[in-house]
Amino acid sequence: MNKIIEARKLGPDTKLFRIEAPKIALKRKAGQFVILRVLPEGERIPLTIADSNIEDGTITIIAQGIGKTTKTLNALETGDYIQDIVGPLGKPSHIENFGTAVSVGGGVGTAIAYPTAKALKEAGNEVIGIIGGKSKEYIILEKEMNEVCDTLYPTTDDGSYGYHGFVTTKLQEIIDSGKKIDFVLAIGPVPMMRAIAEVTRPYGIKTMVSLNPIMVDGTGMCGGCRAIVDNKTVFVCVDGPEFDAHQVDFEVLTQRNRMYNPQEKNSLERHVCNLERMAQEAEKCQN
Amino acid sequence: MSKLTPKERMAIPRHDMPEQDPKVRAHNFKEVNCGYTQEMAVEEANRCISCKNPGCVKGCPVNIKIPEFIAEIANENFEEAAKILKQDSALPAVCGRVCPQEKQCENNCILAKNGKSVAIGNLERFAADYEREHFGVRPPVVKPKTGKKVAVVGGGPAGLSCAGDLIASGHDVTLFEALHEVGGVLIYGIPEFRLPKDIVKAEVDALVKAGVKIETNSVIGMSDTIDELLAEYDAVFVAVGAGLPYFMNIPGEQLNGVYSSNEYLTRVNLMKAYKFPENDTPIFDIKGKTVAVFGGGNTAMDAVRTSLRLGAERAMILYRRSEAEMPARKEEVNHAKEEGVEFRTLMAPLEFKGDEKGYIYSMVLQQCELGEPDASGRRRPVPIEGAITEEKVDVAVVAIGNGSNPIIARTTPDLELNKRGNIVVDEETMKTNKKGVFAGGDIVTGGATVILAMGAGRKAAAAINEYLANPDKW
Ligand SMILES: Cc1cc2nc3c(=O)[nH]c(=O)nc-3n(C[C@H](O)[C@H](O)[C@H](O)COP(=O)(O)OP(=O)(O)OC[C@H]3O[C@@H](n4cnc5c(N)ncnc54)[C@H](O)[C@@H]3O)c2cc1C
Ligand SMILES: Cc1cc2nc3c(=O)[nH]c(=O)nc-3n(C[C@H](O)[C@H](O)[C@H](O)COP(=O)(O)OP(=O)(O)OC[C@H]3O[C@@H](n4cnc5c(N)ncnc54)[C@H](O)[C@@H]3O)c2cc1C
Ligand code: SF4
Ligand code: SF4
Ligand code: FES
Repeated sequence: MNKIIEARKLGPDTKLFRIEAPKIALKRKAGQFVILRVLPEGERIPLTIADSNIEDGTITIIAQGIGKTTKTLNALETGDYIQDIVGPLGKPSHIENFGTAVSVGGGVGTAIAYPTAKALKEAGNEVIGIIGGKSKEYIILEKEMNEVCDTLYPTTDDGSYGYHGFVTTKLQEIIDSGKKIDFVLAIGPVPMMRAIAEVTRPYGIKTMVSLNPIMVDGTGMCGGCRAIVDNKTVFVCVDGPEFDAHQVDFEVLTQRNRMYNPQEKNSLERHVCNLERMAQEAEKCQN
Repeated sequence: MSKLTPKERMAIPRHDMPEQDPKVRAHNFKEVNCGYTQEMAVEEANRCISCKNPGCVKGCPVNIKIPEFIAEIANENFEEAAKILKQDSALPAVCGRVCPQEKQCENNCILAKNGKSVAIGNLERFAADYEREHFGVRPPVVKPKTGKKVAVVGGGPAGLSCAGDLIASGHDVTLFEALHEVGGVLIYGIPEFRLPKDIVKAEVDALVKAGVKIETNSVIGMSDTIDELLAEYDAVFVAVGAGLPYFMNIPGEQLNGVYSSNEYLTRVNLMKAYKFPENDTPIFDIKGKTVAVFGGGNTAMDAVRTSLRLGAERAMILYRRSEAEMPARKEEVNHAKEEGVEFRTLMAPLEFKGDEKGYIYSMVLQQCELGEPDASGRRRPVPIEGAITEEKVDVAVVAIGNGSNPIIARTTPDLELNKRGNIVVDEETMKTNKKGVFAGGDIVTGGATVILAMGAGRKAAAAINEYLANPDKW
């Protein structure tokens, strides 16, 4: 059991947790993730380690509530416990001084992009950040990103904040402005990462993406997280999660991530019903 | 009872294992084999003629004192029988259930030559169950503390048995396990209907009672490396199993509904996906569907029989060689057939095809015939020209074996491996090329058996004992 030292809402359905996990805090590097179970009968889900603090032995994770497990997690508060956490898992991001690096985060992807942006800055890169969201409330970690980026462009699809448009359009603008870019790291929904890959491909800019397949063990044992990169099968949990964007088969990734959609829907509906029932019962008790 | 003559003993018919009715059990996860009653066990034990030079013992990889423990059962000293078993095996309740007896002890029983061998596995299971049910699993008796610390990496049969012997020798033992539960394949691979999980838990609990510290959720290599463990512990035993599933590298293997047997079984056994949605981990809804499992080993049998229990309408084994070459235990093959599994041998898959959403829809199969023997000495399957068919299928499970997991190797660059990625050890002591590091089980042999992994764990424990007493001599 791991204790939640701090739980804080960052945006709609998005929450930050600082969790006691001293060993993971000590070992983790940018780009690595944990797998956790919120409850004993829960699923094992992967979440990126956004930050860590060796002094107080905590790691930070940021979760977007999209299904049963992430919504259950996001209902927890400071002082609650998480059933178990294993990590760090996956290979750390490859960090070097590329020159100018662009870090692109879409939605909760910003949480995953942040630790690597920070490491890129520490390695001496000029770091440009582009962080996108549907609207203003979906922009997360702006302050943190600001601290590690030389220039930061928040973008919103509806123009309610920052640049009005997609992260891809902003990236294209920067390229068109004649700025020399040596490295791009893009993390977010699969369609976004796919689109970024197409923006940088014609220019031959080295571009990495962090893949998010469905995982179980996270140790290479099950093969459920397999993806196709450079026409070869890789196990994302041990060979990744970061891969060359120009070689990833995004079609297969999208298709495999839909695998359990019917079951996930069922699970979430039941979950919501249970929550509503509990709320009704609580109301009855009060009356 | 000792008055029986050998002739009279040999006249007693072998007692078959009482089993759940195939029609019923094919739809539940309860154990298939119900176990002997005391009367049956005693009668079966009376079939053993206590050979002076027993072949059975030579056939057992850990040389269990078979005539001795069976004689105790015949004399109704069941506890004593269990004690004799424990001298050579840390996990008799498990091995009595899952050993390929027909290739090992029972194959070498003198009675096998003119009829049916003594049911050694069933008797072993009986004695171990009797002890556990009446007295619980007894924790090992612990010698005075030595002040030495040993780390065991991996909680499968190799790690568990090594930890048990080391704690008994008075060392301080910590076992690190990557998953949230200890037991290795015994927990996530072999299904409940063949090996109830309570049996494994009882063994683990006994180790904890004896003082073994267990750290679940610890992936060694990712959290601490072997070198970091060596800085804190006097010796390390690596028993991380095989566990990196092979795929067939045919088109369509990425389709939704194509599983490795490891994933399929882990979802069901460890994560209890058969209880979805009470438990959160999903698995394909296969009620009324067709499931094809590729392979002929125990893993394939476990996957196909699990499919029936998940409600599959048709569950089949497709194997590219003939039934004679199947590596699975005979009992599993028979049980699968009784439960209604279809066996289709000399069938090799060429391709999986999917629908527009990427879910598997059909499989393209190549009929083969047996040709000349290959390097393994088994006759090679040769495709019959033109004998290609396409059939509808809803779920495919690939159960063709495991390579070695890369995490320890990548993070311990100076550990010597063979070409296949297995750790190289000295066979007598299980020591690796790294001082203070020992290894055993599937990570050394490649996918093998529980009894061999158990034996390797105990061998390593004995060697570690000597090493700790005098490390400079190693
Ligand atoms: C390496 C990695 C790092 C990640 N980091 C973060 C992060 O920092 N913050 C964040 O909010 N999300 C992150 N994710 C995604 C997160 O794991 C999923 O959102 C979560 O598992 C969804 O579970 P659920 O039960 O809430 O939703 P469900 O309703 O079960 O699923 C919704 C969708 O999430 C995906 N998913 C479902 N189960 C799993 C699983 N066991 N493993 C992986 N994906 C699954 C599927 O695509 C599915 O369609 C990461 C994923 C990976 C692989
Ligand atoms: C489905 C199936 C059915 C089988 N049926 C039979 C049978 O009927 N009879 C039989 O004799 N054999 C059978 N076998 C084979 C048998 O189970 C194995 O040979 C045996 O379990 C090997 O034991 P082990 O201790 O070496 O490894 P495992 O049982 O594989 O245990 C290794 C453990 O190490 C953990 N681990 C891995 N990496 C790390 C790490 N880096 N850090 C910490 N922990 C780690 C794993 O999570 C696992 O718990 C079967 C195997 C399978 C898969
Ligand atoms: S351990 Fe296995 S091989 Fe040895 S006697 Fe028991 S069942 Fe037979
Ligand atoms: S070979 Fe058979 S009959 Fe002889 S001792 Fe062994 S089990 Fe008994
Ligand atoms: S999650 Fe099982 S192999 Fe990657």
